[in-house]
Amino acid sequence: MVTLLRATLPQIVAIVLAFLVGAIVLLATGYSPINAYLAVIKGAFGDIYGIGQTFTQATPIIFTALAFIFAFKCGLFNIGAEGQLLIGGFTAALVGISFGDLPVYIHLPLALLAGAAGGALWGFIPGILKARLGAHEVITSMMLSYVALYITSYMVNYPFIAPPGWVAQTVPVTPSAELPRILPPTQLSASIFIAIGMAVMTTLILDKTVLGYEVRAVGLSTSAAKSNGINVKNTVVFAFVMSGALAGLGGAGEILGVHHRFINGFSPGYGFDGLAVGLIGGLNPIGSVLAAILIGALRAGGMTMNTVTGVPIDIVSVLQGLVVLFVAAPRLISYLSRKGLATPRLVKSALAKARTLPTEIKRIFRRGGS
Amino acid sequence: MISIIDIINVGLFAATLRMATPLVFAALGGIFSERVGVVNIALEGMMLTGAFTGVLASFYTGNAWLGVLGAVLAGGLLGLLHALLTVKFVGNQIVSGTGINILAVGITAYLSQVIWGSRGASQSVNGLGTISIPLLKDIPILGEILGSTTPLVYIMLILVVLTYVVLFRTPMGLRIRAVGEHPAAADTAGINVYRIKYLCLMISGMLAALGGAFLSLGQLNFFVSSMTGGRGFIALAAMILGGWMPFGALGAGLLFGFTDALQMRLQGAGLLAPQIIQAIPYVVTVVVLAGFVRKRTPPSDYKPYEKE
Repeated sequence: MVTLLRATLPQIVAIVLAFLVGAIVLLATGYSPINAYLAVIKGAFGDIYGIGQTFTQATPIIFTALAFIFAFKCGLFNIGAEGQLLIGGFTAALVGISFGDLPVYIHLPLALLAGAAGGALWGFIPGILKARLGAHEVITSMMLSYVALYITSYMVNYPFIAPPGWVAQTVPVTPSAELPRILPPTQLSASIFIAIGMAVMTTLILDKTVLGYEVRAVGLSTSAAKSNGINVKNTVVFAFVMSGALAGLGGAGEILGVHHRFINGFSPGYGFDGLAVGLIGGLNPIGSVLAAILIGALRAGGMTMNTVTGVPIDIVSVLQGLVVLFVAAPRLISYLSRKGLATPRLVKSALAKARTLPTEIKRIFRRGGS
Repeated sequence: MISIIDIINVGLFAATLRMATPLVFAALGGIFSERVGVVNIALEGMMLTGAFTGVLASFYTGNAWLGVLGAVLAGGLLGLLHALLTVKFVGNQIVSGTGINILAVGITAYLSQVIWGSRGASQSVNGLGTISIPLLKDIPILGEILGSTTPLVYIMLILVVLTYVVLFRTPMGLRIRAVGEHPAAADTAGINVYRIKYLCLMISGMLAALGGAFLSLGQLNFFVSSMTGGRGFIALAAMILGGWMPFGALGAGLLFGFTDALQMRLQGAGLLAPQIIQAIPYVVTVVVLAGFVRKRTPPSDYKPYEKE
C-alpha cells in the first residue's frame, strides 16, 4: 500500500495540478470550473448509463496505452498507435463481414486475431525500419498513422462501401463475429474484459518471460543488452509488433463490440489518448487501466458537460496535455512542492509519511520479533 | 483528358516553394533545438499554436503582421516551456514534446470554439497577401516562381542564410554547437550552457510558429483545427535528411514541399481517389527516412546536461 502510494503520488499530483490549470483556463474563458467538473463527474458516473459509457470510452484507450507501454519498455516511442488501431479495426471488419456461416467460437476469435495481425503489421513497419535502417520511429510511426487514416478511408469510401454508398462505412459484420454487449443500452462490450486480460498479459510478458526481460534490457541500454548476447534488432522489431498487435486488437474490439462495422473516422484519437494514458499510468499496465478510466470518464462526461454548460469538449485534450507535461518532469512537481505551491500540506505530509513508513514498519516488525 | 502539362509546369514549382516554406521554417527550428542537444518533437504543436495565435492576433488587431508577431511570441513561449521541462527539470524530451503537442491541439480547438463559436474553423482575417519583387518578377520562369509570392517565403529564404551564418560563421554559433556536442567542455570553457539552451529552444519555437503562421496567414487567412496535419514531423524528417544543416533543410524541405504540391495538383486532376493521393507525402517521408538516414550523424547525444 505504501509503495503503491509512493509510486502513484507523482501521477496523482500531476492530475490535480492539470485540473487546477484547467480550472484557470475555464475561468479565463468565462466558464465556471466547478460547474464544468461537476457536470463531467455527473455525466461519467451519475448513473448506470454514464458509467457504461465511461468504460466504453476507456476500453480502446487501455489497448493503445498498453501498446505505448510495450514499446516504451524497449526504449521505443510508438506514437503511431492510432494508425495501428485503425488498420486492426479494418482487418477485423474484413474478417467480420466475410465467412458468413462460421460458428461464433471460430468466427469471433478469427476476427479478433485478424485485428491483432493488422495492427502487428502496421507496427512491424516502423519496427523493422528502426532496427535495420535506423529510421526515427517517432516520425515513421506518426507518418504511418496518417497513411492508415487515408488507406482505411479509401477502403470504406470505394471498394468496401456499404450499398447504397451514401455513408463511408462497411456493411455490418455478421452476428457470429460480434462481441457481446454487456450493459445495454450502453455500448459497453466484452472488449473491456479482453482489455483487462491484455493488461495482465502485458505485465506477465514483460516481468516474467525471457522475451520480456530482453525487451526491458534493450530499453535500459542497447549496448549492455548487446554485450549480454541479446539480439537488439530482433527485440526492437518484436516490441513494435507486439505494440501494434495490442493497438490493433483495440481497434478490433471497437469494430466488433461497439460499431459492428467499420465506420470512417470511428476513432476520435484513441491512439493519442493511449500515449497520454500510458504516461499518466506510470508506464504500468494496471496503472494504465485506472488512467484510461479517468480519460474515458473525461470523454464520456465531457459530452454531458458540453450540453449542460456549453464548455467545448476540447478541454479534455487540454487537460490531457497538461497532465502529460506535469508527468514529463517529475522534478517540476518536487520543485513546486518544495516551494509550497503545488501540493497542499496534506499531500506533503502524506509524502513524508510514505517515505518514512517502510522503515517504521520494519522497526515495528523487528520489535514484534524480539 | 488532363495532360501532363497541366500537372507539371512552372506553377508546380511555385507551389513547391510555397509548400516547402512551413516545413523549412520548422526544420530550422528543429536544427536550433537539436544543435543544443534537445529533441523537439513539439514542432508540430508549436506550428499549430503559431497558426492559431497568428489568426487570433490578426483578428483582434486587423493587422496580419501583428498576427505574425503574435505567432512568434507564442512559439517562443512554448519553446521556453519545453526548455523549462527538459533542461531545468531534466524531464524526458519526447514526453514533454508529446505533452506540448496534445496541449496545442486541445487549446487551439478549445479557444477557436470559445472565440469564433466553431470547432472546425475560425473566421477569415486579414492575411499577408502577396508582394512582388520589381525586377525579379520580370525574369521568365524564375520570376514566375519567385517574383510574386507571400512575404514569408522571402523571410524563410533569408532565415536559411541567416541560420547558416549564425551557426557556422559567428562565435555564438560555435558556442551553440559546442553546447550540443560537448556540454561539459563548453561549460569548462565558460559558456553558460543553460542560457544557450533556453535561447535556442525559444528560437526553435519561434521558427516553428512562423511556419504555422505561414499556413494560416500566408495561405488560408483563417485557422482550421489541426491544420498542420503532421507537418511538424515532416519538418523533423527534413531536418534529419538535411543533416542538421540549414541549406540541407532547405533542400529536403523543397523535396517534401514538391510531393505536397504534386499531391494537391493530382487531387485537382482527379486521376486517383483523393485519399490515395493525400497519403503520398506521408509515404514519401517514411521512404526517404528509411532510405537516407544511415548516412546522417546527429549533432548531439541528446543527454541532459547537469552541472556538477
